[in-house]
Amino acid sequence: MSAVENKSRDVYVVADNIVSPLGKTTAANFSALQAGHTSVKKHIDNEIAADPFVASLFEKSEAFYDDGIKDYTRFERLAISSVSEALKNTNIDVADEKTVFILSSTKGNVSLLETELNSTELNERVSLATSAKLIATHFRFKNKPIVVSNACISGVLAIITAMRLIRSGEYDTAVVTGADVISKFIVSGFQSFQALSSEVCKPFDHVRDGLNLGEGAGTIILSANEKFANHIKVLGGAISNDANHISGPSRTGEELAGAINNALKDADKDAEDIDFISAHGTATVYNDEMEATALTLSGLQNVLLNSLKGNYGHTLGAAGIIETVISLQSLTQGLMMPTTGYRENGVTNVVNVCTEVTALDAKTFLKTASGFGGCNGAVIFGK
Amino acid sequence: MITNRYITVSCKIATGVVHKDMKSVFANPQTSLPDFLLSVYQYFAFSYPKFYKMDNLSKLGWLASEVLLKDAGLKFDPAQVAVVLANANSSLDNDLKYVKTIAEGASPSVFVYTLPNIVIGEICIRNNFKGEHAFFIQDKFDENFIFQQVNYLLDQQLASACICGWVDVLGDNYKASLFLVEDKQADNAVVFSTENMAKIFNSIN
Repeated sequence: MSAVENKSRDVYVVADNIVSPLGKTTAANFSALQAGHTSVKKHIDNEIAADPFVASLFEKSEAFYDDGIKDYTRFERLAISSVSEALKNTNIDVADEKTVFILSSTKGNVSLLETELNSTELNERVSLATSAKLIATHFRFKNKPIVVSNACISGVLAIITAMRLIRSGEYDTAVVTGADVISKFIVSGFQSFQALSSEVCKPFDHVRDGLNLGEGAGTIILSANEKFANHIKVLGGAISNDANHISGPSRTGEELAGAINNALKDADKDAEDIDFISAHGTATVYNDEMEATALTLSGLQNVLLNSLKGNYGHTLGAAGIIETVISLQSLTQGLMMPTTGYRENGVTNVVNVCTEVTALDAKTFLKTASGFGGCNGAVIFGK
Repeated sequence: MITNRYITVSCKIATGVVHKDMKSVFANPQTSLPDFLLSVYQYFAFSYPKFYKMDNLSKLGWLASEVLLKDAGLKFDPAQVAVVLANANSSLDNDLKYVKTIAEGASPSVFVYTLPNIVIGEICIRNNFKGEHAFFIQDKFDENFIFQQVNYLLDQQLASACICGWVDVLGDNYKASLFLVEDKQADNAVVFSTENMAKIFNSIN
């Protein structure tokens, strides 16, 4: 197949879901954001950290999915609940030979290392390949699942991977799920970087002082089937690397700007076509500064943007998917969600931060993400 | 399908031996992994202080990429070189080390390596590669998937060349098998195919 033929195959959004402490359906999550809710709050939990910490966590009693017999971990039950909810009310045949399951996660079952004795069995159990296989088998997917684990851009990269696999004809349908749960392993690591805020985080704000971690899962089902031709499309996407530092973002923002520009090219769109942006906006000093610079370089500094990190915290491998699902609702309902925690500009290149629920007639949006290892991702959706 | 796409060079590091284009170029078996990795670094006279800070996964992947690209004469814009890697154990080797440090005070320099894609970051920093990249977790090397991913990037002209393959470490078990894929012939080049990737990946010599 030639390049032109590949790209002519449109990729449609069939269905989606978010399972977060704010709700278990996309609708419940969107309503919660509209009402200004946040699930980020102070926790005192010695199993996770010696001192109080601020994060968005599920209740300990939350079962997500009651498996009865099988032994799924908390992480897997969370992912299963999101896939299950997204598949509801669709006619997707997961056993079809052209349907694939894609799992995105940053740390998956890593919490098992904190409590279980080291063994070969544990090493296998903790592997994301094992989790993906268990989840895919649960739903009876026929194809071998794909696992994306690329730090904080995992969710965006999983969507782009699905888009490309569908465009090239490898698959017709992809069920893309991102999930992460928070444990001592992850909290202690971010604490060691002094990256955690002691309050609800403040993306792009002048007194932002770090991020909040969050638990959650999101699912997007994508398909090339023309019966979904009136649905929103994934128009294009791209990935780049800073080639600068493994734990700090680019000094120039040129690389994220490069990913955005390549995504625009892939989507056959110009900067002027972007109606709003779902930013990464972790509320660390360096991320938001870099992101604002990159958006400016791409000619997007005046486009309305939000960060949902003040509502959900940073949900790691789920973030790109959860934030995309909210943006898909914004596109459908013509309502942009505000940036909880933001008050006053705190980046050198001022960006247009959405501060209240805003009605807008939008056709196209951009979702960005950046992470450790110098990775950047950009994906564009449109009507 | 007629293809002009080749594996212009390959590098495999496993069981104490470094292979380039399926020929042994250095061997130091019966050593622990950290000592072996250091001996490879010293043998090839690499000079890169960041190497000493890396975890074993990044060291292994970085060394394999250095041997791969040594004398490769890449003539491309670094922004146009893609990196697509996979493994079975993610960053578990370092995760196990990190988890032991939590009680005494977690170290950010250990924590940062608890992500599998950091090895891609290290390779990108070294070579100023700024293009497409991705890290996938697979229970075993899936040459069909890698083949598909690399072809998409090159067919769509999202990259001019791609480094792809496998970098996996868990304790004393390790294996790196990297391929440089380009749309050009070269002296020891073999056609870029799933068969050739599997053949190189599984070769004993």
